[in-house]
Amino acid sequence: MSFVEIENVSLRYKPQGDEEGTLAVEDLNLSVEKGSFVAVVGPSGCGKSSLMKLATGLNFPTSGKVTVAGQDVHGPVSITGMAFQNPVMLPWRLTRDNIMLPLEVVEPHRRTFRRDKAANRERVDALLASVGLEGQGSKYPWQLSGGMQQRASLCRALIHEPELLMLDEPFGALDAFTREELWQVIRDLHAERKFTTILVTHDLREAVFLADKVFVMSARPGRVIVERDVDLPRPRDIDLTYEKSFGDIVQELRSHIAKARE
Amino acid sequence: MTKTRSIDWIKAAPWLATIGLFVIWELACLVFQIPWFILPAPTRVAYAAWEFGPALWNNSLQTLWTTLSGFALAIVFGLFLGLFIGWDRRIYAALYPLMIGFNSIPKVAVVPILVLWFGTGWIPAVLTAFLISFFPIVVNVATGLATIEPEMEDVLRALGAKKLDIMTKVGIPRSMPYFFGSLKVAITLAFIGSVLSETIAANSGVGHMMLTAQSNFEVPLVFACLIALAIEGIGMYAIMSWVEVRMTGWAHRSGFNR
Repeated sequence: MSFVEIENVSLRYKPQGDEEGTLAVEDLNLSVEKGSFVAVVGPSGCGKSSLMKLATGLNFPTSGKVTVAGQDVHGPVSITGMAFQNPVMLPWRLTRDNIMLPLEVVEPHRRTFRRDKAANRERVDALLASVGLEGQGSKYPWQLSGGMQQRASLCRALIHEPELLMLDEPFGALDAFTREELWQVIRDLHAERKFTTILVTHDLREAVFLADKVFVMSARPGRVIVERDVDLPRPRDIDLTYEKSFGDIVQELRSHIAKARE
Repeated sequence: MTKTRSIDWIKAAPWLATIGLFVIWELACLVFQIPWFILPAPTRVAYAAWEFGPALWNNSLQTLWTTLSGFALAIVFGLFLGLFIGWDRRIYAALYPLMIGFNSIPKVAVVPILVLWFGTGWIPAVLTAFLISFFPIVVNVATGLATIEPEMEDVLRALGAKKLDIMTKVGIPRSMPYFFGSLKVAITLAFIGSVLSETIAANSGVGHMMLTAQSNFEVPLVFACLIALAIEGIGMYAIMSWVEVRMTGWAHRSGFNR
């Protein structure tokens, strides 16, 4: 059985006033193997964010079934870490304390948080170093650049060593150079730790560079219309993105999306 | 180096403007020969203030005490009500119109009722100060809670955080700049409330003193009372402003407030 299984899932949001609730996804089928990296692409408004909420247990399917790590999802799945386009750091906390936030909340770290304060601090500093933010923990998040904040946000998503990492367009607001740098950061983290990752993105090059498999979703209500394995060898270098084999896959996905938008 | 010391115009500006205002006032009274019972000159007002010094001082203290008592009540009540209203969108929806309705009632219309219940004296003054000043505190605290970034809430909820976790770790710290910001507004309103009540039904306080001075045709003293009120108002505002920057430095990072 796969690590994340989404079977025949439909999600309709609650009606607002007279309007009928939006049908965000319909008949969605998607499975993600443990330790693999998948990307989900699609036209805007295709229910990608709904997919994120379904897999983390923040929303429940109107029909169908979601299982994560062999368990039916009935509530928040605390083995997940999340990062978004907006890094949403708390400005009154140091970057280090922002990253520690999940440890204050999630079981079992929550109970031992005070006792393990020193160890937690070391963990945060080691994680910061691994994303290229060595020694930046004692700064406030607003003293960091956008790219640095996004790195910190990745650290916060990973501090409790989640088995499932959900990324919702995490590099969308960054400039092209910073974005490519962060692709490599996440590539290395994934290679080292092997957490299962679902990346929702608009950027096809990003999807092909990072993922083992790319799902293309249709316009709303979202369904998976194409499942494309990316068999490019790992470790992948950024130069790969300028090679023909890479460009061909991107081209192919683009044509699927163009069709999906019609 | 010819210029070793330059004047800090930003720091000097408020003093210059204030002195300028009094100078113009004095000159206007002289030039246009305005009678003292219409608009007394600042020197005449200062003389009245000195003449009635002890009484003015005692009444100012009384007004200060009344205002601060009402303000303290407003902080405690406003903070709790704000947290309660901001806790849940349903509570927010239910109570917000009521709050607006209550706030729309001119407080001068409430004073007679307070007098009916508690008699004349300091109690209606404290209560008026309280009633008029708790509203901005409630609204600001509730707004701070209601505007938590949905992503932040998702991050925490996905980790199994309860509502209480989200409130204590994100909502309440987040609403603090709103809270401290509202105190500046609230203290000014509390002051208006207590003076308002004193001019209607009290036997002490600057408001009451003004009323007495007016009926005795002591026009310079009326103006002395007004200036005493202005000085107290500025002082309390300045203290709250300082407290705000002090408590929530992280929210004042633009440098504009420094």
